[in-house]
Amino acid sequence: MVDLLFFGIFALVAVLCAINVVVQTHPISSALSLVGVMASLAVLYLMLGGEFIAMAQIIVYAGAVMVLFVFVIMLLNAGVEVRRGRSWTATILGAPALLGLLGVLACLLARWFPSSPVIKFGDFNGGGPQQIGYALFTEYLLPFEVTSVLILIAILGAVVLARKELD
Amino acid sequence: MSPSIVFLIATVIKLALIAFVLLTGVAYIVWVERKVIAHVQVRMGPSRVGPHGLLQPLADLVKLIAKEGVIPADVNKPLYLAAPLLSVFMALISISVIPFGTSITVFGHKTMMELADVNVGVLLILAVSSLGVYGIALGGWASNSKYSLLGGLRSSAQMISYELPMSLAIAAPLLSDGSLSLRNIVQAQHGSWHGIPHWAIFAFPAPQIFSFIIFMIAAFAETNRIPFDLPEAENELVAGFHVEYSSLGFAAFSTAEYANMVTVCSVATLLFLGGWHPLWPVKWGSNFAAPAVFLLAAALCIYHGINYVRPFDRITLPVIGAVFLGCAGLFLIPSGVPILGAVPAALTPIFWFLAKVCFLLFVFIWIRATLPRFRYDQLMSFAWKFLFPVALVNLLLTGFLVALFS
Repeated sequence: MVDLLFFGIFALVAVLCAINVVVQTHPISSALSLVGVMASLAVLYLMLGGEFIAMAQIIVYAGAVMVLFVFVIMLLNAGVEVRRGRSWTATILGAPALLGLLGVLACLLARWFPSSPVIKFGDFNGGGPQQIGYALFTEYLLPFEVTSVLILIAILGAVVLARKELD
Repeated sequence: MSPSIVFLIATVIKLALIAFVLLTGVAYIVWVERKVIAHVQVRMGPSRVGPHGLLQPLADLVKLIAKEGVIPADVNKPLYLAAPLLSVFMALISISVIPFGTSITVFGHKTMMELADVNVGVLLILAVSSLGVYGIALGGWASNSKYSLLGGLRSSAQMISYELPMSLAIAAPLLSDGSLSLRNIVQAQHGSWHGIPHWAIFAFPAPQIFSFIIFMIAAFAETNRIPFDLPEAENELVAGFHVEYSSLGFAAFSTAEYANMVTVCSVATLLFLGGWHPLWPVKWGSNFAAPAVFLLAAALCIYHGINYVRPFDRITLPVIGAVFLGCAGLFLIPSGVPILGAVPAALTPIFWFLAKVCFLLFVFIWIRATLPRFRYDQLMSFAWKFLFPVALVNLLLTGFLVALFS
């Protein structure tokens, strides 16, 4: 019961923050709302039994990535977004199209996964660092290494782009 | 009573105790800092309010509360007001997972000496400290001032840079402990070998002395202390990120800074200095270290009270000495006494833990009185070109040694 209550609170916070990211006109406010989304997602992971993933989510996304976002926004002194009038197609068709898309998605999900088991909080207990490390180095070794190489390529690309021209 | 009610009551009592001790401690760290720096520079330090300036923190608090909280024009008001709160929240949250002693049994109910034993406690502290950057960065940005903006920018860059060597230095002792729960990490450092304690810095396969040094250097940068206090460099930025804050906003930032110092010193104690385990084994009389220290302090106070220099010393110093005598007596209660007999066994671990934390805090103050400030480019190249590679090599070596000997 308490689990359900907490799930409701943090799911609501996550959705509201996500909407706020789009609604806010100032980049810093949008970035901070995104931090709220990340933090609520971390709480949801924690309730599902993934304590390591929850902490990694906060350290990496809310702590490092979003701090860099805020840093860049502060450094470039990005101003308030200028609103222009919406086009009439968006005004008329926006809400019905969104509802239609959600309906189609719900329909497809119900058809593809007709009898997926109900998830209960507290059932899963394998989210500790040891289990994750073991899985990463046995079952998922190849995807893990491929991801590492991908990140390495991205770092090299960033270094090449940021390097000053040598005369 | 049902166990959950007892748990609730015990938690509330612990919460109140920890909050009171931490906030009073933070106020008195400022006093100790001013006194120590003054004596390093051959001055007296605060000496007017109360004996030896002991009531100075109270006077500072009254002054900070009574001052008008000025909100400058054209600030981003919600963020300007939220930033100090965020800063102080994040600083106080991380203290909740720090174990400061073994367990205590009151009226048959056993309770652990910490607020929460989280099985990913180390990661929780890292996560909360990485969120603490927002308070400083947003405070600097929302103030709408060039000085505070520069301070906020510097602090976010500096804290991201030094978080990497800090995490790598934390990861090294975890390799041999095999747990992320702070209580288990301390319990793994129990015991001694021919008088050398099993602390992580002396551990057998891979002594973590380099991790400890790297961690302390990064901790100075994470808490914005000299020699890494570039975000509030007075000669360049007036006061850095909190230049536009007055009254309670300023008090919140300063509380957060000192509470962060207490947290990093506690983490260093738990990870590297064996937590509440004594420096030498119990059979060599480590249980008598605490009463000996208090008796010595009491004797000093009473001696100086009898041979007084200033007239009021003959009243205040014996009173302080009597308090120290009482503290020493608490540690010497024989275990046969009905209820109070368990007090020494509960207090001795806390004494050792606090002694190590206070020593590390003294090192923080000592270094502030000794070293000059880094230049900003030196700060960055030191983090990325020296500290980070050294931490990486240290982690690799530790992993290699642990794999070889286990």
